[in-house]
Amino acid sequence: MIPELGHFALILALAFALVQGVLPLIGAARGHGTLIALAKPAARAQFLFVVLAYAALTNAFVANDFSVLYVAQHSNTALPLVYRLTAVWGGHEGSILLWVLILAGWTFAVSLFSHQLDDRTVARILGVMGLISLGFIAFTLLTSNPFERLLPAAADGQDLTPLLQDPGMVIHPPMLYMGYVGFVVAFAFAIAALLSGRLDAAWARWSRPWTTVAWCFLTCGIALGSFWAYYELGWGGWWFWDPVENASLMPWLAGTALMHSLSVTEKRGGFKMWTALLAIITFSLSLLGTFIVRSGVLTSVHAFASDPARGVFILGFLALVIGGSLVLFAWRAPRVAAMSSGGGFDTVSRESMLLANNVLLIVACASVMLGTLYPLVIDALGMGKLSVGPPYFNAVFVPLMAPALFLMGVGPLTRWRKAAALDLALRLRWAAGVSLAAALLAPALLGHWTPMIGFGLLLAAWIASTAVLNLVTRLREHPSPAWSQRLKAQPGSYYGMLFAHLGVAVFIVGVTVVGGFAVEKDVRMSPGDTVAIDDYVFKLEGLDERRGPNYTAVRATLSVTEHGRAIGELRPERRIYTVSRSPLTETAIDRGFTRDLYVALGDAVGANAWGMRVYYKPFVGWIWAGCLLMALGGALAVLDRRYRATRRAASSSTALPTDVARARPAFALKPVR
Amino acid sequence: MKRYFIPLGVFAVLLAFLAIGLRLKPRELPSPLVGKPAPAFKLPTLDAPSRSMSTQDLRGQVWVLNVWASWCVACREEHAVLVEMAKLKIVPIYGLNYKDQRADALGWLERFGNPYLASLFDAEGLVGIDYGVYGVPETFVIDKAGLIRRKFIGPVTAQMVRDEIVPLVARLNS
Repeated sequence: MIPELGHFALILALAFALVQGVLPLIGAARGHGTLIALAKPAARAQFLFVVLAYAALTNAFVANDFSVLYVAQHSNTALPLVYRLTAVWGGHEGSILLWVLILAGWTFAVSLFSHQLDDRTVARILGVMGLISLGFIAFTLLTSNPFERLLPAAADGQDLTPLLQDPGMVIHPPMLYMGYVGFVVAFAFAIAALLSGRLDAAWARWSRPWTTVAWCFLTCGIALGSFWAYYELGWGGWWFWDPVENASLMPWLAGTALMHSLSVTEKRGGFKMWTALLAIITFSLSLLGTFIVRSGVLTSVHAFASDPARGVFILGFLALVIGGSLVLFAWRAPRVAAMSSGGGFDTVSRESMLLANNVLLIVACASVMLGTLYPLVIDALGMGKLSVGPPYFNAVFVPLMAPALFLMGVGPLTRWRKAAALDLALRLRWAAGVSLAAALLAPALLGHWTPMIGFGLLLAAWIASTAVLNLVTRLREHPSPAWSQRLKAQPGSYYGMLFAHLGVAVFIVGVTVVGGFAVEKDVRMSPGDTVAIDDYVFKLEGLDERRGPNYTAVRATLSVTEHGRAIGELRPERRIYTVSRSPLTETAIDRGFTRDLYVALGDAVGANAWGMRVYYKPFVGWIWAGCLLMALGGALAVLDRRYRATRRAASSSTALPTDVARARPAFALKPVR
Repeated sequence: MKRYFIPLGVFAVLLAFLAIGLRLKPRELPSPLVGKPAPAFKLPTLDAPSRSMSTQDLRGQVWVLNVWASWCVACREEHAVLVEMAKLKIVPIYGLNYKDQRADALGWLERFGNPYLASLFDAEGLVGIDYGVYGVPETFVIDKAGLIRRKFIGPVTAQMVRDEIVPLVARLNS
C-alpha cells in the first residue's frame, strides 16, 4: 500500500511541476498577477509530494518490503539499517529519485529565500526550475519507476553492492548531487534574466551565493568520491580519469569559471553575456554528466544497468533544455548586449586576469570533454574502438592548468580596470624568490629532485606566498591602528578567496609529492615475513577469520615499526559478502600528516601465503585537505556579511546559513578508519 | 551577431555524436585473441578433480567456452539463457569456472541448472589470464581448428544467442 502511495505522490508532484513550469512563465510574459503568484505555492507543493514519494521508498527499505522490485534488488534483511537507508540511492531508479528530491529541495529553498527579488523574476526562475523537475519526474515515472512491484515477493533481497556498503559512499552521492543539481539555480537565474532582457548587477549578485554553495557541495562530493576510490578500491590511486569522474569534473571546472566571472559582472558590470553563457554551460555539463552515467554510452567502473529507453529519454531532454537555452541565448544576447555597457579594462588588470582564468578553465574543461567523448566519436565514425587514458589527460590538462595557477597568484593582487605592470612585478619579487627557493630546496629534503616535482612545488609555493603577500598588503593599507581590527575589517568573501586559493596550493603539494615519492610494493607474504619501505618495516603477524553482519572475512594483522620503534598495527581484510558472493578488499591505512601507510590484502597464493600490496604515500592526505580548504573558502564567501546584511533587511529568511549548515556535515563526516 | 550562435552549433555537433553513441555498444571490444588459436590449457574438471581436460580433447568440433563464477551476479542473469541454449543442442558449451570455490560452484549449478558438458576448474585464474578475461562472464566461440572466432564480454542474452551465436555456429559447422 505505502509504495503505491509513494508512486501516487510522485504523479501528483509531476502535476505540480507542470503547473509550476508553465503557468508562472506565461504569467511573467503577459504580466498576469494571478499566474505569477502561482509559482511559489506550486513549487512548495511539488517539493512536499516529492518528499512523500522519497519517504515511501525509504520506508520500503526500512521495512524490508521485498515485494518492491527495487528493494529486492538492492537490499537484504542482513543489511545494517544505515546501509538500508542509503541503499535507497544504491541503484539507478533510487538515485534518480534522489536527484529529483534534491532538485525539489533547491526549488523549495529558492521559493523561501527570494524576497529581495521582484515577483516576476521569481516566477520566471521557479518556472524554469519547474520545467527541469517536470522532465526528471517524467523520466522517473516512465523509464525508472522505483515503486514497481515484484509479485510474488522475494523471500529475501539480493543485497546492496558491497562497494557501496561504506561510510564514504553514504554521503558521496548526496553531496555530489547537491552540487550538480545546485547549478540549476544559476541556470534558472540566467534564463530568467535572458527572458526579461535584464542582465544587471543584481542578477549577478543573487546568482553568486547560490552558485558558490553548489560549488562547495560539488567540491566536497568529488573529493569524497576520490577519497573513497583511494581507500576502497585497493589500488592506492586517487583519480583515474574515468568517464564518470570526468563527468563530475567538467561542471566543477565550468562552475569555477562561473564563480569568477560572476564576480566581474557584479563588481564591474562586465562579462555579462559570457557569465550568462557560463551559467548555461555549467548546468548543461551537469545534465551531460547524468546522461553519460545513466545511458551507458561510455564504459566505466560505475556501470549502472543501461537501458536504451533511458538513454533516448535523457538525450531528448538534453536536446530540449540545452538546445532551448542556447537558442534563447543566441536570440536575446545581441539585444541585451547592445543595451548594457560593461566597464572597459586594460591589458593588465584584474578583469583581464579573470578573463584569462576563465578561458583557461573552459579550455581545460573542453579538453576533458574531448578525452572523455573521443572513444565515442571515433566509434561513431566507424574508426574502431579505443580508450583514452591518463597519459592523454596528464599531457593536456596539466599544461593548461599551470598558467591558470600562475595567474591565481597574480590576479588577486592586481587592481581593477588598470594596473601598472612594473609596480606589480616589483611587489611580486619576494613571492617569486620564496617560490623558487622552495622549488629548488624542498624536493632535495624529500629525497630527489626532478623537473616535474620542482615545478609542482614552485606553483604551490607561488600561490601560497602571493596569498600571504596579498593579506599583508591589505592589512598594511588599512587605516585602523590595531592589527586585530585590521584583520576583522576584511570581508568574509576575501578570507574565503584566500582559503580557497590556499586549498589549491595544499592540493598541488599533495598531488606532486605523492606522484613523485610514493613507493609501492607487491609482495607475497606468509606469517612471520617482513617487507620494508624506507624506514618502515611491515611484519605479517598472522591471519584470522572474522564474521560481519552480512559477510565473512579473512583478516591479516601486520605490525609496523619505524626505525625499529613500533608505531601501530594494520588489519587489512578480504571480505566475501554472503548474499552476492562477491569479494571485496578492505584496505588498512595508517594515516599521518605527512604520509599514509597503506596495506591491501590480495588473494591467497599458496597454502599459507597471501598476495599483499604495501604502499608508502607521502602527503597524500593533502589532496583532500586541499579540497576541504577550497570548500571552506566557498563557505566563508557565502557567509560574507553583505549577504547577511541584506538578509536582515529582508527581515525573515535564513537562506545562506541553512545551506551552509547543511554543508557542514561534509567536513565533520569525513570517513576515517 | 553570428557569434552568439556558436555555442548552439557546438552543441548540435555534440548532440549528433551522442545520438549515434547511444546505438553503439562500447562493451563490444574487439579481442586481440579473435582469429588466433585458443590458448592451450589442461585443467581438472569441476565435478571430478582427478579427471582433467585439455584443449586437445576438444579439437575437431565447434565449441563455446563460457567463463563463470558462483560469486558473479551477472552470471546468474546470463545462466538461464545458457540453460536454454544448451537445450537447443546446436553447440557444446564448456564452462571455465573462474577463481571460485569448488563447493560453491557445484551448489550453484545444482540450484540454477547445468548447461555445461563439463566445467573446468580454474581456481587461481591462470587460464583466465591467458584468455584475457577481465570481467566475468565472458564467452568465446571456438572453431574446429581451435581458433577463437568470437568473444562476448558481459552476459549473453537470448537475442545474442539467436542473432549471433546460432548463425555463427551454423557457418562454422558447414
